[in-house]
Amino acid sequence: MIKTDALIIGAGPTGLFTAHQLKIIGLDCEIVDNLDKAGGQCIELYPDKPIYDIPAIPECTGEQLTINLLDQLKPFNINFHLGERVDELKKNESNWEVKTNKGKTFLTPNVIIAGGVGSFEPRRFSPKECAQFEDKSIFYSIKNKKIFEGKTVSIFGGGDSALDWAVELSKNSKINLIHRRDEFRGAQATLDKVHELQKIGKIELFTKYQLKTVKGNGSLESIDIEHENKEIKNLKSDYVLGFFGLIMQLGPIANWGLSLNKKTVEVDTEKFETNQKGIYAIGDICNYPGKLKLILSGFHEGALAARACFKLARPNEKYRFEFTTSSKTIKERLGVKSD
Amino acid sequence: MAKITYVEQNGNSHTVNVENGLSVMEGAVQNNIPGIDGDCGGGMSCATCHVYVKEEWFDKLEKKLDGEEDMLDQAYEPKKNSRLSCQITVSEELDGLIVNMPEKQV
Repeated sequence: MIKTDALIIGAGPTGLFTAHQLKIIGLDCEIVDNLDKAGGQCIELYPDKPIYDIPAIPECTGEQLTINLLDQLKPFNINFHLGERVDELKKNESNWEVKTNKGKTFLTPNVIIAGGVGSFEPRRFSPKECAQFEDKSIFYSIKNKKIFEGKTVSIFGGGDSALDWAVELSKNSKINLIHRRDEFRGAQATLDKVHELQKIGKIELFTKYQLKTVKGNGSLESIDIEHENKEIKNLKSDYVLGFFGLIMQLGPIANWGLSLNKKTVEVDTEKFETNQKGIYAIGDICNYPGKLKLILSGFHEGALAARACFKLARPNEKYRFEFTTSSKTIKERLGVKSD
Repeated sequence: MAKITYVEQNGNSHTVNVENGLSVMEGAVQNNIPGIDGDCGGGMSCATCHVYVKEEWFDKLEKKLDGEEDMLDQAYEPKKNSRLSCQITVSEELDGLIVNMPEKQV
């Protein structure tokens, strides 16, 4: 059981800056994120897209912003729990007990949900019968490529993941690469490689096709793919891989008894607290009159939520507001020299 | 101002007036029409405002940008007449536009 002053759910820009604010005022924190890296939507959805409305930064990409925020956290020792999703939350006397899908448990008076629009999950195939084969014959990510050796693998998608895996797995497997249109959005060099492999019969390419259904008894045997013009082809397949990117799902947060409005959590604008004491929501996931889904709003919300955490984490101390420019205590925490 | 009709998969239809300059996605979200999420807020980066547009209207809309087609690869059951409704800007010319929503957005 990990004890901490505050648990931050979500390592996007809002979560990262909130960690900074907590550390500045002398509180500990731990950060959990379902993605395998920090940055949230900035890193997952638009790492290369420029952002123009971060105060005092005329232009930066999602990736640069993430790097800068992590730099700002360097003076502090913060534990990141990446690739983990928070699943359960329950009251434990005056604390919250929070469990992740990897079996970790946190005990904390403060839970700060900075979850964006939810946790990122793979987009799945639409035919319902796919569910019974999931994690057995149908995968949305690859953990052990050895299982595909000598097998027929049908890969769906048009981006880098689909192309990269088609090339990689073609070394030891028979590959069908299926995409809904002729154009691929993956790197040209990889696409050239795919076409080369197609010529020598290592990869069979099917464009303007989508998955219609999957067939098999226990294990997958074949799949039907449907052309834009409705023509159907049956392909023998041992495995099916889908690379359609990620989608944000509110996930387990929806079951925590919080007051929700569509996919957002309702909060007050003093502490950014939800209807549950000690649970805060900040950034894109929170909702209040006038809410703007801007990164800068997330920073403000995090700064205030961090001060609210102080009361519950240090009930016998009084919080004193200080500036980073002049406070000796803060400078000590930052590891910089005082004047 | 244009009258836009949003038709759910089950046939339920919602007709609302949407101001010029707003996107078809914003028209749905502001009027609490179910079936269009718009998670990323119109940044062409989530494909949760996916709609189908019948031919007679599809050809009248401004052409798709490359990025829109890339995102549609990730949409739920994309078809030839798929569009991201955040990329359709409402104007007088779109008065009477009908969009059909997919079974779900993810």
